[in-house]
Amino acid sequence: MSENAVLQTALAILLLPIVSYVILFFFGKKLPRRGDWLGTGLLGVAWLLALRIFCHFWSVGDPQLRVHGAWPWLDLGGFRIDAGILVDGMTAVMLVVVTTISFFVHMFSIGYMHGDRRYERYFAFLGFFTFSMLGIVLSSSLFFLYVSWELVGLASYLLIGFFFHKPSAAAANKKAFLTNRVGDFGFFLGILTFFTVCGTLDYFELFAKVHQGAIGGALLTWAGIGLFMGCVGKSAQVPLHIWLPDAMEGPTPVSALIHAATMVAAGVYMVARLLPLFDPGALLVVAYTGAITAFLAATIAVVKTDIKKSLAYSTISQLGYMVMAIGVGGAAYGMFHLTTHAFFKALLFLGAGSVIHSVHSQEMPEMGGLRHKMPITFWTFLIATMAIAGVPLLSGFYSKDAILGAALSFGMLEGHFAPFLLALLAAGFTAFYMFRMVFLTFTGKPRDHHKWEHAHESPWVMAGPLVALAFLSIVSAGWRGPADGWFARFVAPYDMERVVARYGDAPAAQVAAVHETAAAHDVAEASGHGAPETHAAPETHATTDAHATTDAHDAHVEHVHHQAHLIAMFLSIAIAGLGILLSWLTYQKGRISAAAALARFPRVHNVLQNMYYFDEFYAATVYRGVLAWSRASGWFDRVVIDGIVNGCGYLTRFTSWVIGVFDLRGVDGAVNGVAWLMQGAGEGFRRVQTGRVQTYLVFVCFSVVLLIFVFRAL
Amino acid sequence: MNAGLEHFLTVGALLFGLGVFAVLTRRNAVGLLMGVELILNAANLNFAAFARYVEHGIDGQVLAAFVIVLAAAEAAVALAIVLAMFRNFGTVHVDAVDRLRR
Amino acid sequence: MGEHVLSWMTFAPLVGMVVIAFLPRERPTLTKVVAAAAAAVPLLLAFQVFATFDRSTAEMQFVERGSWIAPFNIEYFMGIDGLSVTMVLLTALLSFLCIIASWRIDKAVKGYFALFLLLETGMMGVFCALDFFLFYVFWEVMLLPMYFLIGIWGGPRKEYAAIKFFLYTLAGSVLMLLAMLAFYFNVRNPDTGAHTFNMLHMMDQANHSPWLQLSHVRHLIWIALFIGFAIKVPIFPFHTWLPDAHVEAPTAVSVILAGVLLKMGTYGILRISYPMLPDAALWFAYPLAILGMINIIYGALCAMAQSDMKKLVAYSSISHMGYVLLGMSAFTTQGINGAVMQMFNHGTITAMLFLCVGVIYDRAHHRDIDGFGGLGLQMPVYTSVFSLALFAALGLPGLSGFISEALVFLGAFPTYRTITIISALGIVLGAAYVLWMLQRVFLGEKNPKYDSLPDISARELATLVPIAAVVVWVGVQPSPVLDLMRVTLNNLIATVGR
Repeated sequence: MSENAVLQTALAILLLPIVSYVILFFFGKKLPRRGDWLGTGLLGVAWLLALRIFCHFWSVGDPQLRVHGAWPWLDLGGFRIDAGILVDGMTAVMLVVVTTISFFVHMFSIGYMHGDRRYERYFAFLGFFTFSMLGIVLSSSLFFLYVSWELVGLASYLLIGFFFHKPSAAAANKKAFLTNRVGDFGFFLGILTFFTVCGTLDYFELFAKVHQGAIGGALLTWAGIGLFMGCVGKSAQVPLHIWLPDAMEGPTPVSALIHAATMVAAGVYMVARLLPLFDPGALLVVAYTGAITAFLAATIAVVKTDIKKSLAYSTISQLGYMVMAIGVGGAAYGMFHLTTHAFFKALLFLGAGSVIHSVHSQEMPEMGGLRHKMPITFWTFLIATMAIAGVPLLSGFYSKDAILGAALSFGMLEGHFAPFLLALLAAGFTAFYMFRMVFLTFTGKPRDHHKWEHAHESPWVMAGPLVALAFLSIVSAGWRGPADGWFARFVAPYDMERVVARYGDAPAAQVAAVHETAAAHDVAEASGHGAPETHAAPETHATTDAHATTDAHDAHVEHVHHQAHLIAMFLSIAIAGLGILLSWLTYQKGRISAAAALARFPRVHNVLQNMYYFDEFYAATVYRGVLAWSRASGWFDRVVIDGIVNGCGYLTRFTSWVIGVFDLRGVDGAVNGVAWLMQGAGEGFRRVQTGRVQTYLVFVCFSVVLLIFVFRAL
Repeated sequence: MNAGLEHFLTVGALLFGLGVFAVLTRRNAVGLLMGVELILNAANLNFAAFARYVEHGIDGQVLAAFVIVLAAAEAAVALAIVLAMFRNFGTVHVDAVDRLRR
Repeated sequence: MGEHVLSWMTFAPLVGMVVIAFLPRERPTLTKVVAAAAAAVPLLLAFQVFATFDRSTAEMQFVERGSWIAPFNIEYFMGIDGLSVTMVLLTALLSFLCIIASWRIDKAVKGYFALFLLLETGMMGVFCALDFFLFYVFWEVMLLPMYFLIGIWGGPRKEYAAIKFFLYTLAGSVLMLLAMLAFYFNVRNPDTGAHTFNMLHMMDQANHSPWLQLSHVRHLIWIALFIGFAIKVPIFPFHTWLPDAHVEAPTAVSVILAGVLLKMGTYGILRISYPMLPDAALWFAYPLAILGMINIIYGALCAMAQSDMKKLVAYSSISHMGYVLLGMSAFTTQGINGAVMQMFNHGTITAMLFLCVGVIYDRAHHRDIDGFGGLGLQMPVYTSVFSLALFAALGLPGLSGFISEALVFLGAFPTYRTITIISALGIVLGAAYVLWMLQRVFLGEKNPKYDSLPDISARELATLVPIAAVVVWVGVQPSPVLDLMRVTLNNLIATVGR
């Protein structure tokens, strides 16, 4: 495939689902079968195209092969944003993961959503989601990453709230969107910081700038943490994980697609994709956040009885693994786990969907003994469970083991053992609660006979995807760890020298159109072949970036890695086995009474059952705080500001009244008063004016006498 | 006993006081005129006395002569007014003639 | 028509008004048709303007010039550049759609449509006038019909709202008048040496008299102009007329009020204050940014506290106008382009919101957010349209509001770091009040009281779909709008800039 062909194929993959959305949204009702075949078919085509790209990258086998096309989109003169598509190994893997899961979920939904009154709307939304998710995967600039990021948020909102007539669903989708927005706030600020300092939003130009030291120190750390906040929101990491369990209000296939396999993994993908933008300080935050999330969520999953809620916490926990993997320097392991997890977790959710579809309940205590009623569901579910629990030879074992190894070597090299320990404990819990789920749901005696009677295996349109995903859950084990398997061909750290050579301080590269890009790539490739040593072996970037120069150190690091992976493997097998054993003893054999255990630690149970009181905490602080502020603002506006305004009005009216009174009594009064005074005076003086000369003369005489006295006194 | 200036002035003052008294109290216009004459003559006396004792000239006498002429003219005019007043109002009482006041 | 496009656009509605005055009272439909026809003329010409507008120059275009009141050198001087062209297009579009949206007015039909057309003339004139006196005249012409439209066709407290609006705006006008006279007596036409009202002459600093070059004088004039315009925007704390006016005004008037009238404040600042007093603009930039931030956050918080839909939308307008202020106070390419684009986008988005509120008010006769519930199942088409408007309002990518908000933030962040960070909280708060309202009105269990509400009608849809198309189109492909304004605004920034 030529570069152009890759770009066109990628574009086609991106646009097929949105075509599906537009057609189904406006005309879905009029189509035969309300258009489900259209959405599924288009997704199938997209899936085949994705496989084609995947095969191309596999056959090339160069992890540094990047196809980058950009089209001018917005130009302000001095500031421009290009719509760019980036296809490289990581993208190819993600394309396959997203389209595969999406295709199977489409197919599964044909059975699951059958007869819903907004059936065609559902498929339209699925198409819209897939489009947005592919946008995240294919975007080559932070701007369009953010755009797609928000759009998947909208898709998630629409699909969580698909049954919006349920008040719980209506609250859940709002919660999901808002929680994500809080994360996006940080994400956006991170983007703003990078843009302000580096003046570009394109990934590789940013990488080059950061590599050249355009941004550093605390600012880089904080900007990285800002970006990571986006991941915390989207990938449901502590403390913004609260939305994901509630998001289970959506239809179960949606949970499989969005809230297990793809969208929640977008955060992981984003951090892995933008790895050069995170400095060790930010990555430490990433590692700890992931580890804590993995542990907390796993413990909560142990006590949940709702099958979907339990799976939701399992998802959060596994996402914590992936995030931690990136933080401890195993980004490729994280991506590997993302891939395997996508398959087996989608399978688990679809399996749960199959069960729910069959028994019309989500409560595990009401199930039991479904194994014979639903054999396909049972066996596929079991495979996925073993995969997630870390049973050797299944995919989850390899990916989780790789992460644990990376975490342990991180601890050995950097002294931070806490992530490893938390993750190890979480692995034990995972094995325990997953098998608890299997035992409670499928084996033993049916606890609700009425429901059991009516249970039935799902139709093939639903069972088919289960089988396919089970197959993938097993097969993807063969992809192995990035260090030794061929997954390494797809997810390798960036070769910063080449990135800088191609994108550094050359503003012309910013406006590269497709053919220019192709040419530039040829040049880059030629130089790459000329200097094979730039193809550095995959290495942990964060810890070793600074010291990679010394060979001795490299050897030491290599040794530690090897050692750590061995230890981690044995430990993880042991703890998974322990978890499975305990689960078996408790829920299958009944040797350990779960009720008794809970009764012994009522406080622990309470804390877990209430999910560490995160919701209560937010309700008491954030929600109440914001509402109080908003009410205070409303009050302030109504009473104070409007009060001032109305007060001004009243003051004016009062003043005018006073002036009116003053005018009537004062000014007019003064005028009249003068007249009155004059009249009075005239009245008085009139009496003096007798007209008698003698009277006047008397006055004259008196006056003279008076004057005499006056002058005498002087 | 030699008559000095003070005697003349005393007589003059007496005359003046009588004249003023007449002017102030008399209701009859003719009496009133007579009071005025008394005042004028008191002044004449004083002129003559001062001329004799203080100035040793004839200025005082000349002025006195002027005053006498003037008084005569004044009396003529005033009596004509009194006559007209009597003709118009039928009385020579001054307080009855206060038409201007109304 | 070719030569006098702007005059036609401005005065065609006035002609319509005169025609309406002679129509018989018994034939209201005829009145409406005439009004629609009169408003259609500017709309059609707007397409011509959009097609022929030269995007590569910052000069005034479609200029018309003639002497008007010669003794005072007052001219009839019209013209548009990249700053005003978007506003002219917006005015033409919204006025026409509002006339369609007013079809169900049945009280004093002749008066309503006559006043509405007069209002359009005033608005068009304000955006086209290049003579300060002419500008002022149009500015005042607009006031009167607005007063009556609110005061006669409004809701229960219409008199209060109308008087509040009128007095507030008039107070602003007085200050503007003083500033205008200060300019008139201190600016001379370089050709004739006479005093002039010509804005272009006023913008040229070389024409200013020595008195007008004193910095405290300039600051004083800036403040006077600013308060005049701030009342219109409205900028905190001069904003309380807005919720009252919106709540009481009939739907179409609310649309015009929020869609066009608010823009006049920011338009005035950019058209008059910035180029005429560039140094004072820089002097006031920081306070302006702070006011923008207050508008964003405070408006959003107040919106969250409202239970009346129209009030919520009104406060959201205050919040959104804050983005305009923040963007234009930054003096960067992205900031100013984002700000003017936000003016345009807010005009379309808020118009949609008010039209949507009007739709439900016509049916349920109240606007209490908590009084609905579950309308999503009852009125699916209406829900889709309203949701589109609401999501555009909360700045969802793919819809127009996002582009301008993102540009504003990208432009403001380098200049004002802390202020921008605080303002960015507005995107969270914005989502909060929008989604909360969405949840309470459309989601959840259906309120049985409204089981028989009909979905949106074709006529209502016809008023909303064109705006929705603009919102989506600009959101996906912003360059057609940005290209219109880009050169002019970059030129403005270059002359004012730092």
